Amino acid sequence: MIFAIIIGMSLATMIPRIIPAFIVDKLRFRDWVNRWLNAIPFAALGALVFPGILTVTPDKPHISIIGGLTAVVLAYLGAHVILVVIGAIVTVFILST
Amino acid sequence: MEQMDIKQHRSQRVMMLRRGMTVGIPIMLGYLPIAITYGVLAKQAGMSLVELTFMSILVYAGASQFMAANMIAVGAGAMEIIIATFVLNFRHFVMSLSFTNRLRSVGINWKAPLTLGLTDESFAVSSMHTKEPGMDKGGYFYAGIFITAYISWIVGSFLGGVLGEVIPENLSQSMGIALYAMFIGLIVPTVKKELKVGLIVIIAMLINTLCMELFHMSSGWAIVIGTVFGGFFGIFLLEEEQA
Repeated sequence: MIFAIIIGMSLATMIPRIIPAFIVDKLRFRDWVNRWLNAIPFAALGALVFPGILTVTPDKPHISIIGGLTAVVLAYLGAHVILVVIGAIVTVFILST
Repeated sequence: MEQMDIKQHRSQRVMMLRRGMTVGIPIMLGYLPIAITYGVLAKQAGMSLVELTFMSILVYAGASQFMAANMIAVGAGAMEIIIATFVLNFRHFVMSLSFTNRLRSVGINWKAPLTLGLTDESFAVSSMHTKEPGMDKGGYFYAGIFITAYISWIVGSFLGGVLGEVIPENLSQSMGIALYAMFIGLIVPTVKKELKVGLIVIIAMLINTLCMELFHMSSGWAIVIGTVFGGFFGIFLLEEEQA
């Protein structure tokens, strides 16, 4: 039974992922479509970060915000992504214990 | 002469693969604790070690797997779980469109398998590297990122299922910020260079928040709408060459 669920879920995630590979090969997009598609990563990053970040510390959302701001500052100062990640983890850890 | 040529090709492949794997390390850092937590939760939901590991191999979608484990625990129907998975992961359709459009120079024999490894995180990291599709053996670079992420997810799930909660709870909660911090770490350098990009990011955040708070949409649809409509502003804000 669980395996049937896994196969069904697998199709539900694979099909939307793979279809664009075949669509894109067949089509030439207009300029504005290309600009839209190029902006998708930035929009996706925005939508993925907020308000999702608040759920990291659900009962104390301000801690998540401070963790996020720490990441912004570190990244702004030019720190490597790994350092940005570790800095945010340490901040949240210190504030929540 | 020919032999040297083959050798050179091989080293270019290995080099691109290694570079991709290095770029994928932050994803690994973020995936391991989450995958372990998933493994623990799935075990508690009554799934066997084989089942929960296979789910990571075949479904490979974090949020959906957490949801599925919860739904299995409360005895939800199979169809219900599958439809919820589709809704939650539909955003990958939009991301895949953007991803494959950028990889036009890469053949379908590479593109199609790569799309199966698309997640929020692998998409975000690979989208910030826009020069590689034009490079020799560029496909290997993306393969490096995707393989690192995929393996971390599977290994983490398995470990969670076998060992239980190996990471103390307060540390594991703090590690929940990792992927968000990675997203921030990816976006800030671009915004610093091009302020207009920051506007797209903020608009997408606002649309997403509005969809959830005002219209009470599920987070799956809210992210799709935030991404699609936030991206529309890029049509006016970005030049052809950018991004």
